[in-house]
Amino acid sequence: MTITDQGPHSAPAGTQEKRGMNLTLRVWRQKGPQVKGKMVTYKVTDISPDMSFLEMLDVLNEQLIEQGDDPVAFDHDCREGICGMCGLMINGQAHGPQQTTTCQLHMRSFKDGDSIDIEPWRASAFPVIKDLAVDRRAFDRIIQAGGYISVPTGTAPEAHSVPVPKKDADNAFDAATCIGCGACVAACPNASSMLFTAAKVTHLGLLPQGQPERNDRVVNMVAQQDREGFGGCTNIGECSAACPKGISMETISRLNHDLLGALRAGARPKS
Amino acid sequence: MPLDLFTVGDPIADTKAPTDVPIGERWSERKFRGRLVNPANRRKMTIIVVGTGLAGGSAAATLGEAGYKVKSFWYQDSPRRAHSVAAQGGINAAKNYRNDGDSVHRLFYDTVKGGDFRARENNVHRLAEVSVNIIDQAVAQGVPFAREYGGLLDNRSFGGTQVSRTFYARGQTGQQLLYGAYQALERQIAAGTVEQHARTEMLDLIVVDGRARGIVARDLVTGELSTHFADAVVLATGGYGNVFYLSTNAMGSNTTAIWRAHKRGAYFANPCYTQIHPTCIPVKGDYQSKLTLMSESLRNDGRVWVPKERGDTRDPRQIPEAERDYYLERIYPSFGNLVPRDIASRAAKNVCDEGRGVGPGGLGVYLDFAEAIERLGRPAVEAKYGNLFDMYAQITGEDPYSVPMRIYPAVHYTMGGLWVDYDLQSSIPGMFVIGEANFSDHGANRLGASALMQGLADGYFVLPATITDYLADAPFEQIDDSHPAAVEALQGVQEQVQKLLSINGTRTPASFHRELGKLMWDLCGMERTDEGLRKALDRIPEIRQEFWTNVKVSGDWHSFNQTLEMAGRVADFIELAELMCVDALHRRESCGGHFRAESQTPDGEALRDDENFAYVAAWEWTPEGQPPVLHREALEYEYVHLAQRSYK
Ligand SMILES: Cc1cc2nc3c(=O)[nH]c(=O)nc-3n(C[C@H](O)[C@H](O)[C@H](O)COP(=O)(O)OP(=O)(O)OC[C@H]3O[C@@H](n4cnc5c(N)ncnc54)[C@H](O)[C@@H]3O)c2cc1C
Ligand code: SF4
Ligand code: FES
Repeated sequence: MTITDQGPHSAPAGTQEKRGMNLTLRVWRQKGPQVKGKMVTYKVTDISPDMSFLEMLDVLNEQLIEQGDDPVAFDHDCREGICGMCGLMINGQAHGPQQTTTCQLHMRSFKDGDSIDIEPWRASAFPVIKDLAVDRRAFDRIIQAGGYISVPTGTAPEAHSVPVPKKDADNAFDAATCIGCGACVAACPNASSMLFTAAKVTHLGLLPQGQPERNDRVVNMVAQQDREGFGGCTNIGECSAACPKGISMETISRLNHDLLGALRAGARPKS
Repeated sequence: MPLDLFTVGDPIADTKAPTDVPIGERWSERKFRGRLVNPANRRKMTIIVVGTGLAGGSAAATLGEAGYKVKSFWYQDSPRRAHSVAAQGGINAAKNYRNDGDSVHRLFYDTVKGGDFRARENNVHRLAEVSVNIIDQAVAQGVPFAREYGGLLDNRSFGGTQVSRTFYARGQTGQQLLYGAYQALERQIAAGTVEQHARTEMLDLIVVDGRARGIVARDLVTGELSTHFADAVVLATGGYGNVFYLSTNAMGSNTTAIWRAHKRGAYFANPCYTQIHPTCIPVKGDYQSKLTLMSESLRNDGRVWVPKERGDTRDPRQIPEAERDYYLERIYPSFGNLVPRDIASRAAKNVCDEGRGVGPGGLGVYLDFAEAIERLGRPAVEAKYGNLFDMYAQITGEDPYSVPMRIYPAVHYTMGGLWVDYDLQSSIPGMFVIGEANFSDHGANRLGASALMQGLADGYFVLPATITDYLADAPFEQIDDSHPAAVEALQGVQEQVQKLLSINGTRTPASFHRELGKLMWDLCGMERTDEGLRKALDRIPEIRQEFWTNVKVSGDWHSFNQTLEMAGRVADFIELAELMCVDALHRRESCGGHFRAESQTPDGEALRDDENFAYVAAWEWTPEGQPPVLHREALEYEYVHLAQRSYK
């Protein structure tokens, strides 16, 4: 988010809680994976601009439970932007209008009287479980295919035995911050998981520790994402624009470069 | 102490640490004396590991690599989401890369002292020894720790220590360490040594002939209840800070697994020891669902202050230096802003109680970076803390580069947990408890950057080495669903689930959780009194009663039902809260995070009573209506001499 120096300052002692936003929500309701879903309209009132988007949904759900209705299912856990469990399409944008996670989106990004569409991630590799919750285990299977360094516990050499240039360590870190939320897939017109896979390939490929398995890693992870039914990458860049961790398109170039190198070197995916 | 609140049972002791050799040799000696399991036999043995955080993830991966059949359970969709992911600041290790006088002994000493002399020396020493291997392991896995220009690892300092021994990966150390463990775990899942149970919640422990032999679990997607059997069960389910409703824990963090194991016979140790973290973003409204931590590393450069005058509502930038009270620097000149957490939190509470707090409701103090920005320049501050500043701005809508942050203490960590011996085995043979879920290493207060260290020490190095001594007698008799113990446990869970759905009252589970949390924060939080705790103990049974007659859970049990999940967790929190208050009431001393107003020094510091309370309080569950039984484990200090902590 951008903040200016004249921006809002500290509320003085004794300030009252702000409330008062009234909103119309159109929420995707789907009882289960095999059942057809539809958009259902709800009203929420007296929402505070300081609420997070999920706290606003909590208010809706408390109302629904009290009325004896089924509350809206959505995934979430840490509510601080790091676990990657949350993720909603908000007015057609993955994680909504700000480049952050859904749990870190605050209602001050909306106006009183707004109407908001809320849908799950849409991708055939992420089937809907219920309402807004989807199954993202395909991501774990991509990691299983090679997103690791094989180093059994207890076999590691002294940490300082291999220095890592600061620049490489920093770049590896930037790629490693991917939280596996799936917004990249949801934002992509092809539902491609390329940014997710590329982030891991880049993280491990930049470090000296990741070199021995570098070729096998990239061919196997790419083969797995194809097997999961994710779409192909056509370098549109919607993924990176929606990514709450700012994973860059450069990681995808790096993956393509590594993949080519690996194939030339004779690496082939395990069947 | 009135007898009706608890009764006293036999003392207990840890019998596993070989105390006949000097402390520095005990861990190697224990590994040598413990029996081993040969690789061919490991394939015949099954181990259930519940939890995939730093502790459970590292344990499941390591046990899988060793050749056991592992079954791994967690409640989120992916093991990578365990709440360890949220740890920001760093992980300690006695590498002495700074050449500033650090050593295994100093880390041991700092941890025992920081824990206010309520931790076991043997366990803490082992933790300090193993700490160095963790860094090696993590680096080899590709954990991108911060480095210096020479390519070597960087360190920072943390509260309660005077050396720089904290390794970090910007403000996302927990995330990066967890991904290291997660990737190792996924590698084992691919190799077929670990069987995965995502979105599956443990709801009971199955005990057969006195041994832990399995669990009852609910598939959170289909609602199906099932039993799972093993030769040993490992619980790594994290902390129970959510008993306070608002905390820095994840929304799903719970006490259910350890509480239900407690009800099956596992002793619960020191439940009242909770850590209130001094630097969190203050509460903004009653809709609030969680609190967000601002890493303690901020105290390296940020200065904490409040106005000298009460009720001063000026914009902080308009308050001149002379009218500010940098109270930590004033009261604790040698540690200043880096005093341990319990001390920093209580100091914040005190200035707010005096009416000098800032922000809504006067519940906040300033954490000011103006001086650091001037000294280091904005880019340097950005490089060090950028992501934390962004997070603060995102949540509060305020710019911490130009206006001081407002912070207030929040519940963060639970030092208490299931009692374990030196082998990390609970009082139920065959059930091991690791990570934040056990009570073992932090005494009455945990030092910053020590939980990640403990979780990984337990999971990578300690448990895999100690569990073999128990498994040397395995495999045990085959059991299945038809075993009476399994039938009974499964039926119990079924009945509870159906009961929750049938009450159909008027209040949501969340409303009970909020009420309980507020009560605990007010009466069993930063400051506890005899009177307050008794009030809580009158009130909690009433809340429980109302919960079980008036809760409203919609939907059914055989589907994805998040309200039902929450209701089960709240029910357990209510029971745990009662035990926490009994523990807090019985401990008529102050120590670490447990501050009893009746026990303080003339200048308001925590006053321990070593004569009467130098013990671990391990509580045994008794059926409803009967008071819990207290078992005392005496704490002896051979190497670090008992002394009043001083950070002045
Ligand atoms: C915001 C924050 C910042 C922190 N920063 C630091 C830091 O900088 N340095 C430091 O050392 N420590 C820090 N800590 C503390 C530290 O992160 C935790 O103590 C530690 O990570 C706990 O790890 P764990 O493996 O024991 O549990 P967790 O990581 O909480 O994992 C619990 C696991 O158990 C599973 N689970 C829970 N209940 C059930 C159930 N009933 N059935 C099935 N599965 C279940 C969950 O799915 C999860 O996989 C921080 C804590 C928080 C909250
Ligand atoms: S690359 Fe970004 S959007 Fe995609 S899963 Fe990772 S964090 Fe989410
Ligand atoms: S709930 Fe964890 S990232 Fe949003």
